[in-house]
Amino acid sequence: MLRDITFGQYYESHSLIHKTDPRVKIVLLFLLIIFIFLAQNGFALGFAAASVLIIMLITKIPFKLYLKNMKAILPVLIFTAVLNLFYGESGRVLVSFWKLQITTDGVSRAIFMAVRITLLIFISSALTYTTTPNDLTDAIERLLSPLKFVGLKNAVHTLAMMMTIALRFIPTLIEEAEKIMNAQKARGADLENGKLTERVKALIPILIPLLISSVRRAYELAEAMECRCYNGGEGRTRMKQMHMAGRDFIVLGASLVICGGIITLNILL
Amino acid sequence: MDSIISVKDVTYEYKDEETTVAAVKALSLEIERGSFTVILGHNGSGKSTLAKMLNGLNKPTSGDIFVDGINTKDEENEIEVKRKVGMVFQNPDNQIIASIVEEDVAFGPENLGVPPKEIKKRVDDALRAVDMLEFKESTPHRLSGGQKQRIAIAGIIAMQPECLVLDEPTAMLDPKGRAEIIETLIRLNKEKGITVVLITHYMEEAQNADRVLVMNDGEIIADDKPKVIFSDVERLKRVGLDVPQTAELLYNLKKNGFNVDTHALSIKEAANEIIKALHSEE
Ligand SMILES: Nc1ncnc2c1ncn2[C@@H]1O[C@H](COP(=O)(O)OP(=O)(O)OP(=O)(O)O)[C@@H](O)[C@H]1O
Ligand SMILES: [Mg+2]
Repeated sequence: MLRDITFGQYYESHSLIHKTDPRVKIVLLFLLIIFIFLAQNGFALGFAAASVLIIMLITKIPFKLYLKNMKAILPVLIFTAVLNLFYGESGRVLVSFWKLQITTDGVSRAIFMAVRITLLIFISSALTYTTTPNDLTDAIERLLSPLKFVGLKNAVHTLAMMMTIALRFIPTLIEEAEKIMNAQKARGADLENGKLTERVKALIPILIPLLISSVRRAYELAEAMECRCYNGGEGRTRMKQMHMAGRDFIVLGASLVICGGIITLNILL
Repeated sequence: MDSIISVKDVTYEYKDEETTVAAVKALSLEIERGSFTVILGHNGSGKSTLAKMLNGLNKPTSGDIFVDGINTKDEENEIEVKRKVGMVFQNPDNQIIASIVEEDVAFGPENLGVPPKEIKKRVDDALRAVDMLEFKESTPHRLSGGQKQRIAIAGIIAMQPECLVLDEPTAMLDPKGRAEIIETLIRLNKEKGITVVLITHYMEEAQNADRVLVMNDGEIIADDKPKVIFSDVERLKRVGLDVPQTAELLYNLKKNGFNVDTHALSIKEAANEIIKALHSEE
């Protein structure tokens, strides 16, 4: 359920990847995604795929959870692959109709694209399944913190604060929306039937009270934060410290090996 | 008297284009260090307005408030005043900032720039003080109202305040949650010596106080020990307040010629008074 957004997709299985510093995980995610898209030939991509599968095994997350994330993105995947089918510029023509033709080049492009997107979903899921949204937020704040040297100090802190508060309040607001919906239903509001325009209209008596109560909440929260000596992040320390440990360097090293492998295979074959 | 808070001739006005409402009128008040004070008053009598001035959240329109000698209008010490006088509000949902209990409790000390190791210690201490240590790693929205409110109190305690001001902290709770909060407050007051100022609508919560203030229309109209306050049933009714059932019963007995002491507050004391009176009738 959406209500469990606090833990997002987090799935505890005590793996090495769970314990890895979230900052390292985020950086490596980007690095690996770039290199997956840099893989030029079948060997390089195959190597990347094998590496991603090994990472997935290390996370000890059930494979069906990965597939669940796949399902959501399947239409996009199919669409992109089909589009690529027609983009082949060279190679033997397999099928041709109207102004379109499918070549062997197109087929290989389509397969490459499908594999790349699949790997991208798998590797991003490996991050979200092993890291809580809170840790992600913290890590992003810390990774972006060098921006303070170019005068964006407040922007980074504000962004992180907004994410923290959003994570905290989404379950509360969902609960409230449900309450209001039930209250309106009890008064005879029909939210499920009718034409689209009617259903949209029926939403108004839900959204307005929700909006008003959110504004009130925001006001009270601001006061509560002020009472807890919040003044925009100036001079703020953090209880949780992030330290890179030995295992983080091992994970980092292994990932660099994967990237190196992809490049080598690209050049050699 | 050693005062932690001194309110000196303070007026507070809410202004908009046309009207000016004076919610607190020329009020003076001393809160003794280490005491437990309860403020009663009907809706709109100015309790919240007064409370929000005690930690400088609102500044008096006229007059001054001193917290441990610091004027709340002194901008340089604004943070220090808020640290010394912690504030807890009615709705715990709107006071909890983080989605993990310990991170929420850490929010105050983090803002104060306390070193990380020390924050960890303070968070544990604060959670232990409100008896919520076992929920350290839970997420607040899965807790009961009383538990959430105790987390909110822990978030304040972690800033190591001298004084706690609570504006109807039990108003949204069930009887069990209410009892938890009151118990916690009494313990914090007795064991940690934290000054407590509790605003409430529940008369029974005032019974444990050292002192009860009754507000009406922006002014303090009574200021005494709970027993004395509640024995004056007529005055309480005049300002629209409920009277504890025991006090009302004794008051009516007395009015009808029974020789009872109307200062008895607990059910047991009241029962003893009535038994005594019945015996003396014979
Ligand atoms: N933001 C505001 N703007 C204008 N007037 C206000 C505002 N807040 C409070 N008042 C008015 O000030 C007076 C005192 O309000 P206050 O909230 O302090 O009372 P209270 O004793 O806390 O009441 P309650 O028991 O309902 O919490 C009331 O007449 C109220 O209408
Ligand atoms: Mg109030």
